[in-house]
Amino acid sequence: MRRTHTMRLVAAVAAVGLATAACGEPPGEGGGGGQANGESDFVPCMVTDEGGPDDKSFNQTSYKGLLDAAEEGITAKPRLAESNAASDYEPNVDQMVKADCGLIVTVGFLLADATKQAAEANPEEKFAIVDFLYTDKSGKPTPIDNVKPLVFNTHEAAFLAGYLAAAQSKTGKVATWGGAKIPTVTIFMDGFYDGVQHYNKEKNKNVQVLGWNKKTQDGQFVGDFSNANKAKQISENLLNDGADIIMPVAGPIGESAAVAAKEQGDALIIWVDTDGYESLSKYKDIILTSVVKGMDVAVKDAAAEAAEGNFSNEPFIGTLENEGVSIAPYHDFEDEISDETKQEIDQLREQIISGELKVESDAAF
Amino acid sequence: MTDQDERPDAQAQDGGRDSAAATATEPKPDNRTEEEPSIGQRFLRELTTGSTALTFLSVVLALLIGAILIVVSDPDVHAAASYFFSRPGDTFAAAWTSASEAYAAMFSGAIIDFDEYTVGRALRPFADTLTYATPLIAAGLAVALAFRTGLLNIGAQGQLILGAILAGYIGFAVQLPPVIHIVVAMLAGFVGGAVWGGIAGLIKATRGAHEVIVTIMLNYIALFLLAYLLTTDAFQREGEDLPRSPFMLPTAELWRPIEGSRLNLGLLFALLAAVYTWWLLNRSTMGFRFKAVGLNPHAATTAGISVPRSYTMVMFICGGLAGIAGATQVMGTSLHLHTSIAEQLGFDAITVALLGRSSPVGTVLAAILFGALRAGATTMQAQTQTPIDIVLVVQALIVLFIAAPPLVRAVFRLKVRATTPVAPGSGGLA
Repeated sequence: MRRTHTMRLVAAVAAVGLATAACGEPPGEGGGGGQANGESDFVPCMVTDEGGPDDKSFNQTSYKGLLDAAEEGITAKPRLAESNAASDYEPNVDQMVKADCGLIVTVGFLLADATKQAAEANPEEKFAIVDFLYTDKSGKPTPIDNVKPLVFNTHEAAFLAGYLAAAQSKTGKVATWGGAKIPTVTIFMDGFYDGVQHYNKEKNKNVQVLGWNKKTQDGQFVGDFSNANKAKQISENLLNDGADIIMPVAGPIGESAAVAAKEQGDALIIWVDTDGYESLSKYKDIILTSVVKGMDVAVKDAAAEAAEGNFSNEPFIGTLENEGVSIAPYHDFEDEISDETKQEIDQLREQIISGELKVESDAAF
Repeated sequence: MTDQDERPDAQAQDGGRDSAAATATEPKPDNRTEEEPSIGQRFLRELTTGSTALTFLSVVLALLIGAILIVVSDPDVHAAASYFFSRPGDTFAAAWTSASEAYAAMFSGAIIDFDEYTVGRALRPFADTLTYATPLIAAGLAVALAFRTGLLNIGAQGQLILGAILAGYIGFAVQLPPVIHIVVAMLAGFVGGAVWGGIAGLIKATRGAHEVIVTIMLNYIALFLLAYLLTTDAFQREGEDLPRSPFMLPTAELWRPIEGSRLNLGLLFALLAAVYTWWLLNRSTMGFRFKAVGLNPHAATTAGISVPRSYTMVMFICGGLAGIAGATQVMGTSLHLHTSIAEQLGFDAITVALLGRSSPVGTVLAAILFGALRAGATTMQAQTQTPIDIVLVVQALIVLFIAAPPLVRAVFRLKVRATTPVAPGSGGLA
């Protein structure tokens, strides 16, 4: 008895809730059902790795590129296949091959083998892969006719962030740590390290970098991109060692560094991949700047190229020059950073673009 | 010692199929008088004794709730629901289309694709299902066998990783003749997992440390060991600095009988593991001891069975079974080692063992069901853009319902009597 009573109550509440949401007008007879906008019938597809399209990191940014392309009417609505596990990569790519995609974008080096296999088996399909360049044993590129690599020389932008961090540090110690020790992560750390060293050379200072040493290629890593506890612990250790600015290079668990910095009180964060002021707005008051890797723009451009029939397997390499990589606006720190530092950073950017200043990394493309 | 050992042994031989039932009822009264069985023991007993009907209904119920989630998360249904009162039919039509198309796509991706014209191609989805099921069978057995001995083996994940490391290394780094290469690598996989499982068993047996804690810790150690190894030159591909190993040498690749499908010889190894486990549990002295320890360690001790030795031995074998899962994964499916080679297989294996009621046959069938869900999920996602995570929810719901039999009984208004098993240990499908 009592139970049916409760059930009725729940049902009534639910009904009221539905009713308020269900009073809209039906679409006209004949209309509706069509594609959101744009007449393009070019369907771009994407296969993500285990992070999925809501990882606040590189899968999400890459997928945004396809969504942007659809919104602007360049392509039709994109199709997405998310992977739950490594053994889903091949089936997902195969499914997309079957699904009449105009371009299949795969995200991350983990999908490199599956992409190569599908590309070679289906030479008429077009592919693009984010963050991976096929090379032979000596590191020489080995292009595949129907795969366009989209890669980023993020060390150029991270160099500027490192310089800024060194200039803003009060303790004379800055830090960086990574999710896993893979080239797409260490390339950020190399750039950051060199930026700090450049500041020391120019200003005759001795700002230290904790968590990474470019020369020995050794530093602090979580081991994966999911262990938030360990990420926080590493951040706390670095803060305790005196660092007051941290650049975590770890996708979603980079947030742990922001949590630790906020708890500590006067530490700051440099975010990576996206502008953290927007993507991690909860911590916007401690985000000094971000090293932005324009995966969305690269993916969108690749989709547009393919939609217009101009697909090429020429790799896209994001640099400061083509704005494939950049540092985000200073936002709330606009006033705290001296005009002198801002000018120096602008100058460094010009020097890197012109080739006057060489920024190097083993992981660069 | 040997005297007392012989007695149940003989019983097992001539008692045959009934032996489990006979001995299972024996220790019970003893136990009552001494102490109540712990919650863990009761939980394990409930697990191994549920009825097939209950299992089936749990799956049905989980799929129904999955259908509701598919409907609720579909933008087309949202669109139709916004004018529900003007034209309610649209909402129901959209809901039906959404759920039925998703499940139809899942079926065509997991069992038969009716759009294909040749039998071979039409059945390729089922081959995908079996591919996904292969490691789940072996790892599921690793958990099921431990359940039967009264142990919760949460460590299949770590055991699987160790198996993959050893089998993988032999597979890509050691030159051996064909056939022998596969046998040696597979054995290495077994040994790797067995050592990892054996450590947990030995610590439990000698120091009494709870196997759940120990195996969870060993999972982490295995994961980080793999991550570390993949940063060394010995394990990385030449000219790369990525955490992935070279491909298996052709002699170590498990044969793929169907062109274009990843189904491989690993399935045969997994099924052999199932047959071995069945034989072990139902026809061997050692398996008889394991079951006796699982039903009541006190009674088993009284009967002269060494409980510590059984714990060590069973964890050794369980680890080996999980190691075989790791070996099939690296030699048959991915063909190289990488940091997520074990995926969530060791944890899915727990679910599979639960669903299979800890019997070898049940575990094989449950693994095939889970393989079907995973194979179907990729097709469902590609064709209907239904989020792949729905499948994880369905898997989780299955466990939930199996762990809560009264709930399922209430939903389907089953009488308790109808689902009460006759004999513990012989429930399920074995």
